[in-house]
Amino acid sequence: MISDNSVIVVGGGHNGLVCAAYLAKAGRKVTVLEAGEQVGGLAATREFAPGFRASCAHLLYLLDAEISRELGLQSHGLEMASDGLRTIALAEDGQNLVIGSDNLDGAGLGDEDRAAWREYRRFMSKFAAVIGGLHNQVPPRIRQERGDLVALGKLALKIRMLGRDDMREFLRIAGINIYDVLQENFENPLLKGALSLDAVLGANSGPRSNNSVFTALHRMSGTGGHGTGAVALPIGGLGSVAEALAAAARQAGAEIRTGAAVERILTDGDRVGGVRLAGGEELAAATVVSNADPKTTILDLLGARHVEAGFAQRIVNFRARGNAAKLHLALDGLPEFRGVSAEQAGDRMVIAPTMEYVERAFNHSKYGEYSAQPVAEIIIPTVRDPGLAPAGKHVLSAVVQYAPRNLKQGWPEGKTAFTEVVMGLLARYAPAIREQTLAAELLTPEDIEREFRSAGGHWHHGELSLDQFLMLRPVPKAAQYRMPVEGLFLCGAGTHPGGGVMGSAGRNAARAVLAN
Amino acid sequence: MAFNRPDSNRRDHFTDAVFPSPFHARQNAHNQMRVWSRWSDYLSVPAYWCAEMEYFAGRNTCGVFDLTPMVKHRISGPDALPYMQRLMTRDVSKIKPGRVGYSVWCDDNGQVIDDGTIFHLEEGVYRICSQEHQIDWFLTNRLGFDVTVTEETHDVASLALQGPTSCAVLKDMGLGGIEQLTPFGMAWFDFEGTRLMVSRNGYTGDLGYELWIDPEHAEALWDRLFDAGEVRGIRAMGSDALDMLRIEAGFILAGQDFLPAMEAVRAGHTRSPFELGLAWLVHFDKGVFNGRAALLEEKEKGSRYRLVKLDIDGNKPARDSFVFTKDEKYAGTVTSAMWSPSAKASIALASLEMPHGEPGEELLVEIYYRRELKWNRVMAPARVVKDVFWDPPRRRQTPPADF
Amino acid sequence: MSRKYDAIVIGAGHNGLTNAAYLAKAGLKVLMVEKNEWIGGATVSLPMYKDWKYSNCSYVCSLLRPEVYRSLNLAKYGLQVVPYGGSVTISQTGDIIGNYVDPDVTRREVARHSPRDADAEVRYGRDIMRQCRFIRKFLLRTAPDPTSFKPRDLFEMLHLYKETMKLGEDVIYDTMRFYTMSISDFLDEYFESPLLKAAHAGSGIIGSALGVMSPGTAYVLLHHAMGDVDGNAGAWGFARGGMGAIAGAMHDCFTDHGGETVAGSPVHRIVVKNGRVTGVALENGDEYLADVVVSNMTFPRTFLECMDEKDLDAAFLKKVRNFKIRGSSGKLNIALDGLPDFPALRGNPELMHADMHLIDSIERLERAYDDWKNGIWSQDPYIDMLIPSLTDPTMTPPGKHFMSVFVQYVPPKVNGQDWTDEQVQAFGQTVINQIDEYAPGFKDLILHAEIRTPRELEDEVGLTEGNIFQGELTMDQLLFNRPIPGYHQYRGPVRGLWMCGSSTHPGGGVMSAPGANAAREILADLRKPNTVPEGWLDD
Repeated sequence: MISDNSVIVVGGGHNGLVCAAYLAKAGRKVTVLEAGEQVGGLAATREFAPGFRASCAHLLYLLDAEISRELGLQSHGLEMASDGLRTIALAEDGQNLVIGSDNLDGAGLGDEDRAAWREYRRFMSKFAAVIGGLHNQVPPRIRQERGDLVALGKLALKIRMLGRDDMREFLRIAGINIYDVLQENFENPLLKGALSLDAVLGANSGPRSNNSVFTALHRMSGTGGHGTGAVALPIGGLGSVAEALAAAARQAGAEIRTGAAVERILTDGDRVGGVRLAGGEELAAATVVSNADPKTTILDLLGARHVEAGFAQRIVNFRARGNAAKLHLALDGLPEFRGVSAEQAGDRMVIAPTMEYVERAFNHSKYGEYSAQPVAEIIIPTVRDPGLAPAGKHVLSAVVQYAPRNLKQGWPEGKTAFTEVVMGLLARYAPAIREQTLAAELLTPEDIEREFRSAGGHWHHGELSLDQFLMLRPVPKAAQYRMPVEGLFLCGAGTHPGGGVMGSAGRNAARAVLAN
Repeated sequence: MAFNRPDSNRRDHFTDAVFPSPFHARQNAHNQMRVWSRWSDYLSVPAYWCAEMEYFAGRNTCGVFDLTPMVKHRISGPDALPYMQRLMTRDVSKIKPGRVGYSVWCDDNGQVIDDGTIFHLEEGVYRICSQEHQIDWFLTNRLGFDVTVTEETHDVASLALQGPTSCAVLKDMGLGGIEQLTPFGMAWFDFEGTRLMVSRNGYTGDLGYELWIDPEHAEALWDRLFDAGEVRGIRAMGSDALDMLRIEAGFILAGQDFLPAMEAVRAGHTRSPFELGLAWLVHFDKGVFNGRAALLEEKEKGSRYRLVKLDIDGNKPARDSFVFTKDEKYAGTVTSAMWSPSAKASIALASLEMPHGEPGEELLVEIYYRRELKWNRVMAPARVVKDVFWDPPRRRQTPPADF
Repeated sequence: MSRKYDAIVIGAGHNGLTNAAYLAKAGLKVLMVEKNEWIGGATVSLPMYKDWKYSNCSYVCSLLRPEVYRSLNLAKYGLQVVPYGGSVTISQTGDIIGNYVDPDVTRREVARHSPRDADAEVRYGRDIMRQCRFIRKFLLRTAPDPTSFKPRDLFEMLHLYKETMKLGEDVIYDTMRFYTMSISDFLDEYFESPLLKAAHAGSGIIGSALGVMSPGTAYVLLHHAMGDVDGNAGAWGFARGGMGAIAGAMHDCFTDHGGETVAGSPVHRIVVKNGRVTGVALENGDEYLADVVVSNMTFPRTFLECMDEKDLDAAFLKKVRNFKIRGSSGKLNIALDGLPDFPALRGNPELMHADMHLIDSIERLERAYDDWKNGIWSQDPYIDMLIPSLTDPTMTPPGKHFMSVFVQYVPPKVNGQDWTDEQVQAFGQTVINQIDEYAPGFKDLILHAEIRTPRELEDEVGLTEGNIFQGELTMDQLLFNRPIPGYHQYRGPVRGLWMCGSSTHPGGGVMSAPGANAAREILADLRKPNTVPEGWLDD
């Protein structure tokens, strides 16, 4: 006998945990089933070499402040090593730029660039807030129904409230590319390169691809209260966020089972009936919330035959081709990047010398090749959080682009060569890096797909672009977390508002479940 | 005989914009009017000598119509039934092997993509026969099912043999036991070294059969039919006659009585099965199928349109007419209309806006007609009727009489 | 001694002529000034070689609004638009994918490549047509200002909202996706055949400095599909006598309504006194007075080259400089001694008359774009060519031919430097070699070739950077963003100054909608009776 109150959450990623916590708080009987041995999914902190730990998602941009407060994450042990990392734009010759949230330093910067930077920060933060304002809601549908029209009206009003000039600018740039916007505003090539990287990290696009302004705004749209676009580093890696969420969920009464891989979402007539685990165990539940990506959920776990064909085809069309690799290095000591002081080594470093360089790196991926000259976002978390490595040793964690999911030559072959390319890249900025490296792990999108069961190996479970945002994410008419099979919901990054360790998708999904 | 096929992949296919059907030589011999029309890839005959006389063959003796251009798909594999169940609105499990069933299929919005006939050829193998090309949609539907979908339009030649003497003709042709075939049944016969499939169904609302054979034997089949039928009034029948027969029988035609959803550019121009009077083809109790959610909602909230049969006073055919209420308010439009030689009435199929179209409702039909180059207009009283205009008992009789 | 007019229109391109004709029809005394000795701008046919006539810039006609055609009575002034029908894409392997006039033949042609795609074309055609029908409603309307509370803007916003809601929920979502997707991703949702995708994708980049994988290119495709010839949506035709016949007919209409034209001297300055326009000064020293000056020049050319900076505000000028108007295409106009022999088209006269594309995959198209980004012309260019002389007997002597070859991508500058004559020749060779690959012996038929890079386009007809649309058709430059927010209602920043070129809504192509819309705004401002037709209802 299925209790109407029972909820199974498939996948213990951060959104699954947030959703579980809110549902449990509301009195639902929640069971989280996580295939891995630890919770967190892409945000889990894993040991990649003996004694060295890192999390695949390595920085916290977007964690929702309200969620953090409501679930008491601090009381569950979440602590920041830093909540305002600066960005060091690396130059091969060490003439780096330091980009803080309010200030900009470095050689070769003119007053015009500094003034432009302030103005750029101003309007981008303002626009990002419009995007951010959409995060904590179940997306409206565009139809003649009161609730939906009110939500759409509010969005229109929010845009109007920008004031005439900013509204015009917002409507002008929201749909275009970061290349043009940065070209309009800045002179310094290194600054433009570094800023353009923010717009394409984790995305299937180069600076010249339209939609990249939107991606940049999305990255800045966090409501973490650290200031727009602030970058935080939790102690213990992002796994600590997951652990704190798990603790909050457990405290609220949710049961969390790890090592429990869901193999099938079961149907019972018209509606969802529960799940079957690998190994055959079946669990009944009236509600199943999937933290897996939309493709995995609908096409693999549920099965396309249980939904209507047009819907299944839209899920197939959902674009989710990862284009970023993740590098973890176990280092014998602190690497020396040219021009980076020991104190700066704990900040966020980026290799994106010019926009054209970034664009060229992207070009390769269009044809199924990895970048000959990649771009990278690098952190050495152990500078501020020594616990992630044995004493005196360090961890380097880098997002490296571009590494397309469907590499023409195939990843089994390409991986070694690409690792070499990446090491070569790092060595140009930190000459001794090879000698310092004790162990290296490179996760390609294919690895990410396999290890984290995310179709396409895309961080965000699917491309974050205008055609896959808000009421279009993952697909039109199913962007409200509720799937066409009664009782089935999505709560992962493949739903609004998308990826980044934010938690909003999980909470919105919980709302949708409770409203049902 | 090797014939020129539309799917031959010839680079120079464009030199023949239209292809001869496997029956072409025989059609040509019968085609007194020498007029050809076009039906998809094939040459077709609108009328061999006189549409009305051909129509009467269909009602009085029997007529032969070349069905080859109908689009045919074969669905096979372990998941054939579940695939069909998700694709079709009706419960396909009720169509047992060796049986035929009419069905429609919808998009996710519950709008009709096309209608057609399902032949359950053998356990797990279906043929779907339709007006429109469907391979894209059928393949889209394959996701998640272990089935093979192949188009076989050009691999099967087919003829419709329709009319009261059709059973006798087939008997005379040597198809032993054909008289035992019940409506919507199928039977197989050896025919000059190949298999001839005969199904008892049709598009005329009368006693009738459809014959399916490989194209190489098409001409032989035609010849044998006409040899056997000569003494029973067999006639080649063109598409004009068939259209008359189907309107009397109340059958709808894609592109005429409804717009296939894949072609509909304008919002609101498509129709749901309910709106076509096909509620009997929608089975909600069989699990998920395309359009189910939307159709459930429509069932609850009501439909926008209703396709009805109109019996119109007077003798003017009401082609393309507007339909009004008694007080001359717009109610809808006629989709198909004719003077029915069998019912001796002006009849029509019409799509009316809800709530119009309850059987018995009195309406006005605005008919324009021309007499010796002069145009006249009449507002003809009409009423919505429930029954089709032609439905003889012989259609269902087993065994049927010889005439 | 200068002469005074009611209005002066600068630039006798099709939009300038349209605008001038409507103003003249309303009874204004209108002067058209044109820098070249000939009129037409990029809508022109010129005798470049013996008895040949070249449509040497724009080369086909579909977008020209039928409302304009009819209300300016262009048929009376001799214009004939003849559809040529069809298109073909030829691959390097010698295979083709033909788009024939007959839909069933086309279906079988596509089915040779993929039976599924042949069927999917129905769905694709339906979805594109839905988008075309939607956008057409806004072509002959002035876009609203979304930041304004003026009744007309609110009314127009409401109209936009209503028309959008009329699409129905599904199509609204499709529309949102359509406007933000790349043509390549969009086509992936319909088709599997690489050649078919390449065939469709070309329309997503023509005239644009975007690649087929750039989001936003699905809209560019729409811009090429929204026209029609005689109601055959998406059909293209030739103006009999070359594209100049269009400008010629418009000019005759203009003259017929009392318009005057001064051709042969460029504008030196748009004269501004006390914050308002007073007329124009030509480079030859002539000055003409008018309270209304309408510029059909590109947005940057108008303000950066023909006005005094001190008459404009700095913030405005910055926006002008940031206007995206990147040249991306080139053109070869070739006189041929005979018909080239494309082995892939032997025995296929219908497609020889059609629009021929040389391309075979999305990847090749995108790589052509990479060259442009790197500052050079595509080494393996995308070619869109036609032989108008097969359809139009007025173009060449009998048996001889004219070939119009549109090429993408061609940068406005080579590696950041101005084009040199040698580079122009080298570019021409790249193109000729490319065609020769598909039509061996082609080179030997060439009697004369005119090679046009963005440099030539800018120098001759004044299209800044050689952008054929007078500005990129991207989201930041469409509708109320075109040319820039706040100046999208044809009214310039100085009183009496107006814009009517393709830099304004709804953009480029030989459409005449910007010219017509601007005329309606000007006449309303002058409180003159409107002579500009409304868009026809297209139900």
